[in-house]
Amino acid sequence: MNNDLLLKIDELKVSIGDRNILKGLNLEINEGETHIIMGPNGAGKSTLGNVLMGHPEYKIDSGNIYFNGEDINGLSVDERAKRGLFLSFQYPEEISGVTVENFLRTSKMAVTGENVPILEFQKQLKEKMDLLQIPEEYKERYLNVGFSGGEKKKNEILQMAILDPKLAILDETDSGLDVDAIKVIYEGIKILKEGKKSFLVITHYNKILDYLAPDFVHILVDGKIVETGSADLANRIEELGYENFKK
Amino acid sequence: MKSRKKTYVEDIDRTIYDISNKERHRFATIKGLNESIIKEISKEKDEPKWMLDLRLNSLEIYNSKPVPTWGPNLSELDLDNIVHYIRPDTDMSHSWEEVPEDIKDTFERLGIPQAERESLAGVGAQYDSEVVYHNTKEELTRQGVVYLDMETAVKEYEDIVKKYFMTLIPPSYHKYAALHGAVWSGGSFVYVPKGVKVDIPIQSYFRLNAKGAGQFEHTLIIVDECAELHFIEGCSAPVYNVQNVHAGAVELFIKKGAKLRYSTIENWSKNMYNLNTKRALVEEEGTIEWVSGSFGSRISMLYPMSILKGRRAKSEFTGVTFAGEGQILDTGAKVLLAAPETSCIINSKSISKSGGVAMYRGLLQATKEASGAKAAVNCESLMLDNDSKSDTLPIMEFKNDNIDIGHEAKIGRIPDESIFYLMSRGMSEEEAKAMIVRGFVEPITKELPLEYAVELNNLIDIELEGTID
Ligand SMILES: Nc1ncnc2c1ncn2[C@@H]1O[C@H](COP(=O)(O)OP(=O)(O)OP(=O)(O)O)[C@@H](O)[C@H]1O
Ligand SMILES: [Mg+2]
Repeated sequence: MNNDLLLKIDELKVSIGDRNILKGLNLEINEGETHIIMGPNGAGKSTLGNVLMGHPEYKIDSGNIYFNGEDINGLSVDERAKRGLFLSFQYPEEISGVTVENFLRTSKMAVTGENVPILEFQKQLKEKMDLLQIPEEYKERYLNVGFSGGEKKKNEILQMAILDPKLAILDETDSGLDVDAIKVIYEGIKILKEGKKSFLVITHYNKILDYLAPDFVHILVDGKIVETGSADLANRIEELGYENFKK
Repeated sequence: MKSRKKTYVEDIDRTIYDISNKERHRFATIKGLNESIIKEISKEKDEPKWMLDLRLNSLEIYNSKPVPTWGPNLSELDLDNIVHYIRPDTDMSHSWEEVPEDIKDTFERLGIPQAERESLAGVGAQYDSEVVYHNTKEELTRQGVVYLDMETAVKEYEDIVKKYFMTLIPPSYHKYAALHGAVWSGGSFVYVPKGVKVDIPIQSYFRLNAKGAGQFEHTLIIVDECAELHFIEGCSAPVYNVQNVHAGAVELFIKKGAKLRYSTIENWSKNMYNLNTKRALVEEEGTIEWVSGSFGSRISMLYPMSILKGRRAKSEFTGVTFAGEGQILDTGAKVLLAAPETSCIINSKSISKSGGVAMYRGLLQATKEASGAKAAVNCESLMLDNDSKSDTLPIMEFKNDNIDIGHEAKIGRIPDESIFYLMSRGMSEEEAKAMIVRGFVEPITKELPLEYAVELNNLIDIELEGTID
């Protein structure tokens, strides 16, 4: 098993300004695995996602992050994307004047470092949009501008589907979605999961268990993972709340 | 040609020592403008007397008017050397080697052919578009459209030219309008007859090719009743002149029910003072659409004005301005709502970086006749770093209460979160910024013909390079 280790986080301590947010976090994700992270508001879940993606505002005080065996602490955000990391944002940015299609094609070329012929790309885009039940005219819209909360989230998954990362971090992608949309998104992820894709899913809902069988569920409280278990840990949280997991 | 120096001061020395046999054709040692120079220009162009009178009258006004002080500082502009800009047979055509590297570089990256580059740089005289011009012209002639260089128009269409020339921009308008009146040279004349809808955009060919054009060129366009035209001025390569002032004039007459779209991408070399004046007079139910991109120059003062004179006349202004290091681009739009139910939309975007200053200066006026008029003004500025400045200065003066007006101004920076978002999709920081800036100006690019849109985006990429340390 150890030889397909994809992500290894080792005693990670992260601060922003003079506030410590992650306080010695450990996590290992193998290829093809799905991990779920749950935890109270403000525990540091989005911080973890941002730090993995290389957000410049967060400072790593100590600890290491290895991706595919490589220490990525020094890598820029785009370099990480090129190595196969993807973050579905909790609050995706609106970029005016840039169409979804143009953005996605530019990203695809940036990530792969290869030219992506336009016709081939359009075919691929249509396929993925159909799968996620996104109406075709969305590709002409400006990126996330005027999108509803749910539409933004779907758009994040569309990006993931196009960019085809090795590890996708989904930060509350299921928040703000209606039941049908949740279903579409998780069905979509399920299809993408074929092959050796790995997922790190940050969520507040155990609804995910209906669609994806996670390999591990972690509970993150106050900057640390305080408990790791299997799927039914998510159910126990639902019953007990986080109080009982605080150390 | 031997290598020559760029500055006019040294030009004088050269003139004296090197080319003495040419001297009698020139006014080499005279500084400043005077009557005899003006007479000489007029004679050289073999102009009718009324034009000479107009020039002389302009000269008087020019000499009597002070340098305006309400805008960017123009005190470094040395107009005493103006004589060197307008000598009829000056050796303007300096050598290709003298053209500054950054301009050559830009030509390179815009993919402009060598012959055309030399022409743009004022080195060569002719280039391939001669052919393009003649083809265009044939098609236009068939429709009864007149399209000529300004000098020829003065001779061949004297009555029309006389009726309109510098009536919309009178020499008394401001000091540089007067300067223009005195020394104008080159430019385009277009007349579109009643009801004719010209379906291909006309591009100003003369701007680059007429002698001394691109400097004090005059554009006069008359779109007669119910006719339509799209005129494209300029080009996105940097127009390079050893001289450093540009004071062109553009006069547009849009008759009843007619429509004119006037598109410009100006990109001056960075030593240039661009003091261009543009005005449109729009009659009943007529429409003027300005699409304007301002790049380059040291200082630009450019505020295209629409005078909406007839009922339901319309004006739409879409402009983008990009000010980089050492540049002050003071641009905007003016509209005079002078009849009932007239309307205007102004969309202005400006970008500043590396200490550049991009200022939106707008003037919106309504006369008491303008009942039921509508105006929507929207200005957005993007500052790419902390050294750069953007501001908006919209002035409104209404003599009528029954006017519907909307105004929005936004000044901001590229949010770090947006850059992080795009970078997380594989784009480098530069690519991310460029994409955001291109998106910011998208409302303008989508108004441009495709090849110009592409060039505008290229220009932005070029301007953005080196922004990131
Ligand atoms: N840019 C920032 N500036 C200041 N504080 C920050 C910043 N980002 C995160 N924090 C703080 O760090 C802590 C962890 O935030 P984080 O967004 O990681 O929480 P979370 O676990 O994702 O919470 P939620 O479930 O509400 O999304 C919070 O107290 C938050 O206020
Ligand atoms: Mg969060």
